[in-house]
Amino acid sequence: MTLPALEIHQVYKSFGRVQALQGIDLTVQQGEFFALLGPNGAGKSTLINILAGLALADSGKLAILGHDVRADYRQARRSIGVVPQELVYDAFFTVREMLRFQSGYFGIRNNKAWIDELLEHLALTDKADAYVRHLSGGMKRRVLVAQALVHKPPVIVLDEPTAGVDVELRQSLWAFIQHLNRQGHTIVLTTHYLEEAEALCHRVAMLKQGQVVTLDTTANLLNRHTAIQLRLKLAPSCLPAALKELSCGQDGELFKLSLRRHADLEGVLATLRESGIEVEDLEMVKPDLEDVFLELVK
Amino acid sequence: MTGLLTLFYKELLRFWKVSLQTVLSPLVTTLLYLLIFSHVLEAHIQVYPGINYSSFLIPGLVMMAMLQNAFSNSSSSLIQSKMNGSIVFMLLAPLAYWEFFAAYVAASVVRGAVVGLGVGLAGLWFAPLSLAHPLWMLAFAVLGCGMLGAAGIISSIWAENYDQMAAVQNFIIVPLTFLSGVFYSIHSLPPFWQAVSRVNPFFYLIDGFRYGFFGVSDVSPRLALEIVAACFLALSLATLLLLKSGFKLRK
Ligand SMILES: Nc1ncnc2c1ncn2[C@@H]1O[C@H](COP(=O)(O)OP(=O)(O)O)[C@@H](O)[C@H]1O
Ligand SMILES: [Mg+2]
Repeated sequence: MTLPALEIHQVYKSFGRVQALQGIDLTVQQGEFFALLGPNGAGKSTLINILAGLALADSGKLAILGHDVRADYRQARRSIGVVPQELVYDAFFTVREMLRFQSGYFGIRNNKAWIDELLEHLALTDKADAYVRHLSGGMKRRVLVAQALVHKPPVIVLDEPTAGVDVELRQSLWAFIQHLNRQGHTIVLTTHYLEEAEALCHRVAMLKQGQVVTLDTTANLLNRHTAIQLRLKLAPSCLPAALKELSCGQDGELFKLSLRRHADLEGVLATLRESGIEVEDLEMVKPDLEDVFLELVK
Repeated sequence: MTGLLTLFYKELLRFWKVSLQTVLSPLVTTLLYLLIFSHVLEAHIQVYPGINYSSFLIPGLVMMAMLQNAFSNSSSSLIQSKMNGSIVFMLLAPLAYWEFFAAYVAASVVRGAVVGLGVGLAGLWFAPLSLAHPLWMLAFAVLGCGMLGAAGIISSIWAENYDQMAAVQNFIIVPLTFLSGVFYSIHSLPPFWQAVSRVNPFFYLIDGFRYGFFGVSDVSPRLALEIVAACFLALSLATLLLLKSGFKLRK
């Protein structure tokens, strides 16, 4: 049996009277591309910080590839690379210096080849000798990504990595992260661009007020949580009484029905056939994570 | 060891990149003290027989500059990393708390030594200087800078902002260095102030350091060394425990 990439068991954390995490249980398998979603203040960053050793849990157990984050902190930290949410940098140093130091902190002496590769992938090669403080926000973010990857961590955690990064660079950043995932790295990310989580992640956990409210594959979440919208153009243009209870509005000629499952479509078509109504046009609109998210946050 | 050495090197590079502020500026300030005090007091004071006042003053000023700069090095570096958040890079790494301690203290010792050496060499231009017991001199220099390097770590962990940090420097470190016998022998003080000086650990640092140059001192250099070593160990232990607990660094 292979070890899970992350094992999080009954983690509690409060800041004074704020209960940031209230009994989080979560297991992420190796090789997964996993999203941690939730409104601001849900506790995503707190959970990541505890995993990374930046914060200490009040109680509970966390292990990275089997290494306890407290008892075996050195191995745990070697196993994980974290891109923090805040755009932090050290004003004294250049991009290359920061990357060399970060390698050194992880015990890696000569890391030039990999650092050059990282710079290339993150489009920072021509900024290697610039002071980080002189770079744009998007570039600083990419420096953070590079810093998190200097030790080729098997588990990579990105806390809102695309905030402030422009669209084109966001694409290339994701291409790179996906490439790392295909090579076997486990990826965990938080983001508020839900379409990103939808496009990239196999599984999603949604956090709300320090609790995991949903944990499922992206596909299941989309099927389960929000109705599919069926848009119909009918001739004659009228909806049989039997279908009225599914109706969720009308837009000119277009009737909108809300279905729980794809399979419900058959019943609708059968009813229409029995009523002698012809379907002129039919469109299924799939819910996206945003709908699921909004439904949960309500 | 790579982690420790990297952090040490980073700390050296940090102060070296701004050496105008971290080396040259304290050098100039200290030399101004030397210029003024030696000029004004040279003719009036002789602390130890056969040693003119300017010569007496130099080791005290060297030690004062070393202590203040050693403190300043670890404290300003850490408070800056804390305030701008870049401390996460060190906290995310598998550095042991004792490596963190060793790297910051060692860098403080180097900064102290560079400034001290500068002041000492420039001082030779003002007055002659003997070196009676170089190893004693070195022992006090290293222990003193180490002590203040550790104190700098403790205060910057405790401080929540630059103001609190500056308060420690201005209200604790600077007065303690000034009131430690840099400019006088404590035997010239009234008994009460003599007693006060004797509980100031910096007094033993300066007295012992001076012994290294002239072979004369206010208290026995052995006693001074023991006290200084005990202070260094106590401060180091406190720093290590603080770092190990993650106090204020790992929330
Ligand atoms: N260092 C801290 N001190 C006090 N409260 C904090 C601290 N960090 C986080 N919190 C609180 O914990 C809760 C969770 O915050 P966070 O983990 O940053 O949420 P998210 O990343 O999901 O937006 C929030 O209510 C936040 O105000
Ligand atoms: Mg957050």
